Amino acid sequence: MRYIDQFLFQFYPYLCLVVFFLGSWARFDRSQYTWRSQSSQFLRRKQLIWGSNLFHIGILLLFCGHFFGLLTPPEVYHRFGLSTEGKQLLAVAAGGIFAFVCFVGMTMLIHRRLMDPRIRRTSKPTDIFILLFIYAQLILGMVGIPVSIADPDGGNMLVMAEWARSILLFQGGSAELIAGVPWIYKVHIVAGMTLFLLVPFTRLVHIWSVPIWYLLRPGYQIVRQQINLAKKGA
Amino acid sequence: MKIRAQIGKVLILDKCIGCHTCSVTCKQVWTSREGAEYHWFNNVETKPGIGYPKDWENQERWKGGWVRNGNGRLEPKLGGKWRILSKIFANPDMPEIDDYYEPFDFEYSYLHNAPESEAAPTARAISQITGERMRKIEWGPNWEEILSGEFAKRSKDQNFREIEKEIYGQFEQTFMFYLPRLCEHCLNPSCLAACPSGAIYKREEDGIVLIDQEKCRGWRMCINACPYKKIYYNWHSGKSEKCIFCYPRIEAGLPTVCSETCVGRIRYLGVLLYDADRIEEAAGMVDERDLYAAQLSLFLDPRDPKVVAQARADGVPESWIEAARLSPVYKMAIDWKVAFPLHPEYRTLPMVWYVPPLSPIQAAAESGHIDHDDVMPDVRSLRIPLKYLANLLTAGDEQPIAVALERMLAMRAYMRRKHVDNVLDPAIVARVGLSEPQVEDMYRTMAIADYEDRFVIPTSHKELGEQAYDQRGICGFSFGASCSEGNSSFSLFGRDTRKTRGERAE
Repeated sequence: MRYIDQFLFQFYPYLCLVVFFLGSWARFDRSQYTWRSQSSQFLRRKQLIWGSNLFHIGILLLFCGHFFGLLTPPEVYHRFGLSTEGKQLLAVAAGGIFAFVCFVGMTMLIHRRLMDPRIRRTSKPTDIFILLFIYAQLILGMVGIPVSIADPDGGNMLVMAEWARSILLFQGGSAELIAGVPWIYKVHIVAGMTLFLLVPFTRLVHIWSVPIWYLLRPGYQIVRQQINLAKKGA
Repeated sequence: MKIRAQIGKVLILDKCIGCHTCSVTCKQVWTSREGAEYHWFNNVETKPGIGYPKDWENQERWKGGWVRNGNGRLEPKLGGKWRILSKIFANPDMPEIDDYYEPFDFEYSYLHNAPESEAAPTARAISQITGERMRKIEWGPNWEEILSGEFAKRSKDQNFREIEKEIYGQFEQTFMFYLPRLCEHCLNPSCLAACPSGAIYKREEDGIVLIDQEKCRGWRMCINACPYKKIYYNWHSGKSEKCIFCYPRIEAGLPTVCSETCVGRIRYLGVLLYDADRIEEAAGMVDERDLYAAQLSLFLDPRDPKVVAQARADGVPESWIEAARLSPVYKMAIDWKVAFPLHPEYRTLPMVWYVPPLSPIQAAAESGHIDHDDVMPDVRSLRIPLKYLANLLTAGDEQPIAVALERMLAMRAYMRRKHVDNVLDPAIVARVGLSEPQVEDMYRTMAIADYEDRFVIPTSHKELGEQAYDQRGICGFSFGASCSEGNSSFSLFGRDTRKTRGERAE
């Protein structure tokens, strides 16, 4: 058990992060033609407008919640007057709402992907796999909510946040920190790390390409010049 | 003033016989691939009709082109940048493949494999998306060919606005012509403006608008934003594709495939010089009807020494300035004003121009006389209503269309007098504001239409833009990542290695 814990909570996080960054870089560099969102809206609009919006909004808010919830040190949110119990309540309430939004959206998307012949026949195996994987991860997280409610002082939350920071700050001894939390959280954490591992090999790479730069583009038009070698003296 | 050059195109609708050779040759060269079955970089529609995709001219529905907002600035009709990004998860305005058609093939193998039976076996339609049999083919790329289908449906054509259209449903009053369509390679492209990834760009040296297939992320805003619906989403690759104006051919000084193979010789290619600093001003006119004239004012006379000096200073190569002087597009669009941009009211400043079609004299048969004004029939008694052509080509202004049609009729009358009666009659051409040499040139360019007069294409100056040494041994034009040296049958990153989709076996 100790062996598996050491692997999953001490080394596996780094393995996932390395694959996440290097794999994404390699794919972007070597095979950018495959780098896209692979939207299926064009083939079937039905269920996608609601499904995709609910899913994306839900999962983005969940991601932000996890990011700030896990990585903000207790001293910082205490300074803003948020107690540990308050943060636990916030996490359960907000997380619960976002998870529900995401769940409704994903259920529609999965139904559409598996039941609509056009979408089913044009899906690559990884498209279906990643969708089901995120769905399973979402359900694991939702199953964790009652467990969190049973622990209102937020002890487990503090432990997991400390674990996440110890991983990112290379403090070592991370696996020991987390040894005591309920297994449902552990499974959720492992699946969450695996999600990072899978990004470079699936359509999830489109997350990297959020087109925020569009807002900063001066005007609208883009004209590509031929570099004038004669003028550059090359 | 900043002078740029663009390869423009003119299509003489008067000569189009609707044979679809352009569409078919284009398809064979560029879009006979998986995911691109329904792409027609070039298609030919019968007008009046709702076209391909259905109802493409209805911008209230598809939100293509630009709008001039309250403070006088241009904004994509799809919305400003924030509005566009808010639609990124699911775009409520986007057409679906059924607005084009579900691509199909036929089960030809069944003709060979069918067991012995009383009735001859038939090759049934199979969907090229699902691979399954289709119960019924609902729509195709030219479903309204030669006025097929009922008038009630065809008459939803947006160009019937402000026209009492009911009478054109009667057999005796009906009219039609063909409209070949391709990407307009606009001076003010709205597809490009709406692309969140910045993957679409206009080439400075020849004005061709292209999608960088590596940079496209499939956010699919361009599909709405192009008012001509000439950007197609490849459902297989997840990228958008569009007419590339056969740029590998243009660079070599060759006409595009559609132009080269046009049996009616209706297509013309030539260089135009324009003032790039005035694009926004020209596209931003308050009144839609001023847009055609504003667009004309962008083009500069390549014989004017001041223009030539400025063009040289802005880096336009000498061979391009020379080609601009001989440009058939300049002659027809600017000199003679017989060619018009398609739907200037979209404010994209399109660069494929159309010479409106002449049509038989309406009512001549029934009344036994034609409204003549001496030698020339009145263009208002032509079978195709002027208003319809004006809605298509000049945002509803009939006057320029009338002048163009009169000039074409005058050219015919003048040449008929010359060849049949052996009489030169300068009065005919003077009435339409042309000179005799101009009409002779019109005749030579538009009627005789020799290859050299139709296509004046300077080769590109790659030596200015690329290091030939670095380019040696590269693969030529290709779609996708097929140029990468890693060609294993298994792709780590999910690239599909299937080449073809097999026919369904029974």
